[in-house]
Amino acid sequence: MSTKHSIAAARFIANRKQEAWHDETLWMVRAKRDKMSHSLPEWERLRELACDIKMYSNSHLDTLLEEFEKNAIANGAIVHWAKDAKEHNEIVEKILQQHNAHTLIKSKSMLTEECGMNEYLFSKGYDIVESDLGERILQWMHLHPSHIVMPAIHIKRQEVGEMMERVLGTEKGNSDPTYLTHAVRKNMREKFLTADVAMTGANFAVASTGEIVVCTNEGNADMGTSFPKVHIATFGMEKIVPNQEALGVFTRLLARSGTGQPITTYTSHYRKPEDGGEFHLIIVDNGRSDILAKPDHIRTLNCIRCGECMNTCPVYRRTGGYSYTYFIPGPIGINLGMLKNPEEYSDNVSACSLCLSCSNVCPVKIDLGEQIYRWRQDLDKIGKASSEKKVMSGGMKFLMERPALFNTALKFAPLVNKLPRFMIYNGLNAWGKGRELPTFAKESFNDMWKKNKIQ
Amino acid sequence: MKIGLFIPCYINAVYPEVGVASYKLLKHLGLDVDYPLDQTCCGQPMANAGFENESLKLALRMEDLFKQYDYVVGPSASCVAFVKENHPGILEKSGHVCLNSSKIYDICEFLHDVVKPEELPSVFPHKVSIHNSCHGVRELHLSSPSEMNIPYFSKLRDLLQLVKGIEILEPKRIDECCGFGGMFAVEEPEVSVCMGHDKVKDHMSTGAEYITGADSSCLMHMQGVIEREHLPIKTIHITQILAAGL
Repeated sequence: MSTKHSIAAARFIANRKQEAWHDETLWMVRAKRDKMSHSLPEWERLRELACDIKMYSNSHLDTLLEEFEKNAIANGAIVHWAKDAKEHNEIVEKILQQHNAHTLIKSKSMLTEECGMNEYLFSKGYDIVESDLGERILQWMHLHPSHIVMPAIHIKRQEVGEMMERVLGTEKGNSDPTYLTHAVRKNMREKFLTADVAMTGANFAVASTGEIVVCTNEGNADMGTSFPKVHIATFGMEKIVPNQEALGVFTRLLARSGTGQPITTYTSHYRKPEDGGEFHLIIVDNGRSDILAKPDHIRTLNCIRCGECMNTCPVYRRTGGYSYTYFIPGPIGINLGMLKNPEEYSDNVSACSLCLSCSNVCPVKIDLGEQIYRWRQDLDKIGKASSEKKVMSGGMKFLMERPALFNTALKFAPLVNKLPRFMIYNGLNAWGKGRELPTFAKESFNDMWKKNKIQ
Repeated sequence: MKIGLFIPCYINAVYPEVGVASYKLLKHLGLDVDYPLDQTCCGQPMANAGFENESLKLALRMEDLFKQYDYVVGPSASCVAFVKENHPGILEKSGHVCLNSSKIYDICEFLHDVVKPEELPSVFPHKVSIHNSCHGVRELHLSSPSEMNIPYFSKLRDLLQLVKGIEILEPKRIDECCGFGGMFAVEEPEVSVCMGHDKVKDHMSTGAEYITGADSSCLMHMQGVIEREHLPIKTIHITQILAAGL
C-alpha cells in the first residue's frame, strides 16, 4: 500500500528530532499568519474578493493578457509568449545570445524551477547566480527548494555554516546567521556588479498598466535589476490581475498569509526598461490553459504561491518538502502535480488526511483538500489505485451491503480480541505500527436494540 | 418530530455505549427517537480511499432507512459530514435526489441548534480537553476553525458547560488533525502515528484526565496511541459525558 510519499515520509520521521523541529518551525509561521489575519477585521471579505478577482481574471485571460501586452509594449517592454518550458528556456537563451551575455543574476522564481531553466542554461555553458539567500544556499549545496517561499527551511544553520566554510572560507564552527549573511552579501556584491543580465519572476502582472510586481524580503530582485541593462521577467499567465485596485487586494493577503508579515519588505513595480536597456516579459502557459478546461480543478489557477497551505498542512510539516515527488510540495503541489501528469505524480495523493485546514487558510480560497479527494476518485481509472486499498474497500463494500452478514460478523468479531498478540501485531498490520487496535464490543448496538436492552 | 438515530458501523461494533448514551440523552429530552434496524456504513471509508462509487448502494440504503424521519441524528461528526456533503453528489449520478443531506445532524449540532436544552442532569467532576475534529469543525462548523477570522464559538463547549463539576480545556493547536483520516491511517502509518502522538501530547499538556469530542473515530485513533504508549489520559465521547447519570 506504500506510496513513494509514504516511504520518504517514514524516512523523514525516523529522525524524530529533526521532524519535530521542522513541524514546530513551520507551525510558528502558521501562528504568525493567524496573528496577522486576525488583526484585519475584513480578512474573510478580502479572501472572498481575492477569489472572485482570480475567478474573473482566469475566465478573461484572453482579453486581460492582450491588454497587458498592449500596455507593456507601449511602455517600451518586449513581450514574448511561451507555450511550454522548452519555448521558455529557448527565449531566455536567445536573449542572452543577442546580448552576448554569460552571467544571469536571478531572483527567486518557482516558474524557472518548473521549466528546469537553470539546468538547461548550465548545459549550454551559461552561469546563473541565484540571489535569494535561501536559493543561493541551495545552489551551493546542489539542492532544490523544499518549500516555495522558504526554500531552505529544512536546513539548519549549522549545516549552512559548514557548507560556507568550504565554499566561502568562513570561520570554522561559526554558524551565527548575521555573520553568515554578511559573508554571503560580500560574495554576492561582486556578482551583482558584474552580471550581464538580470532575471526575476513576477508575483503579479497588472493588465491595465502593463507593469509587473515582484515581492521580496531581501531586496535582491531590486539589487539584481539595478546594474545590468537587460531585465527578463518571466511569469505564468495566471499571474494577471485586472488593475491596481485588484492588485491591492493581493498585496494585502500575500505576505500576511505566507510569512505572517503585513507586507513584504520590498514590493517593486517594474514598468519600463532602463535608459538604453531592454525589458523582456515572458508570458508562460506550460499547461495552464489545459487547467482552464477542468472545472473540478480550475481554482488551482487562483494560487498566488504564498505557501501557507504547506505551513498549515500537518502532513507537510512532519514529512518535509522532499517527500513529495513534484517540485512543489504540500497541498497545492499535490494538486498541481496531478494536473501536470497524473500517471507520474499520483504518489503524492496519499499525503493528506483530508483535514481541510489548507482550504481554510488559502487566501484565494482554493478548495485544496476537496480537490485531493476528487483526485483519489480518479486513481483507479488511470490504473494508479493501490491494489491493497482496492481489496479493502471492495471487501468493506461487500460486507456493508449485506446487513445480515455484517451483523453476523459483529457477533464473531470479539473473538479477534482474544487472538494471540503476534497474530494481530505483525508486519502486515499497518495500524499496529504505533497503535493498539480497538476492542470489539461483546454485543453490538444493533443486537442490543433487537433484544430490547436499550431503554 | 420523529428522529432516526444514525449509528455508524464502528460505533455499532466497537463503541455501542456511545449509541446507548445518544439514545438516552435524546429520550431524556423528551424526543421521539427511534433506531432503524440493520444499519451498516455510510460509505466514507471507501470514498476517502478513492472508491466513491462503492458507496452508492450504501447511500441509497441510508436514504431508504431514514425516509420516514424528520431528522437523522448521529454521534459521529465525520460520518454525518460525509452524508451531508458527499451523498448528494454520489446519489446524483444514479438520478436520486438526496433527502438525508438536509435533515442529518451531528448530535451536538442537533442538541445545540434544534433542541437547545437549558439544563442537563449530568455530573462529571473531571478535567476534559475538547478534541475539535476536522470534519466537525471545517465541514459541520461545530466550532470556529482556527484558520478563520471569525468570533470564537464552540457548540461542544456550550453543551459541556451544562454538565456539573466539569472543567473544560482545549489543546494549544486547537483544531490540528489527529492523523486518523480513514485509510490514511494505514496508507501513511508513520505520519498518522506521529500526528496521533503529537495530538495526544497536546491534549495531555492541558492537564486533562479525558479527551472528549464528537468523533469516535478520532478518539479511537488516539486511544490506540494512548494504549500503545501507556499514556495517562483517557478518551470518552461527548455524549457519554452529557448522558452521565442518566
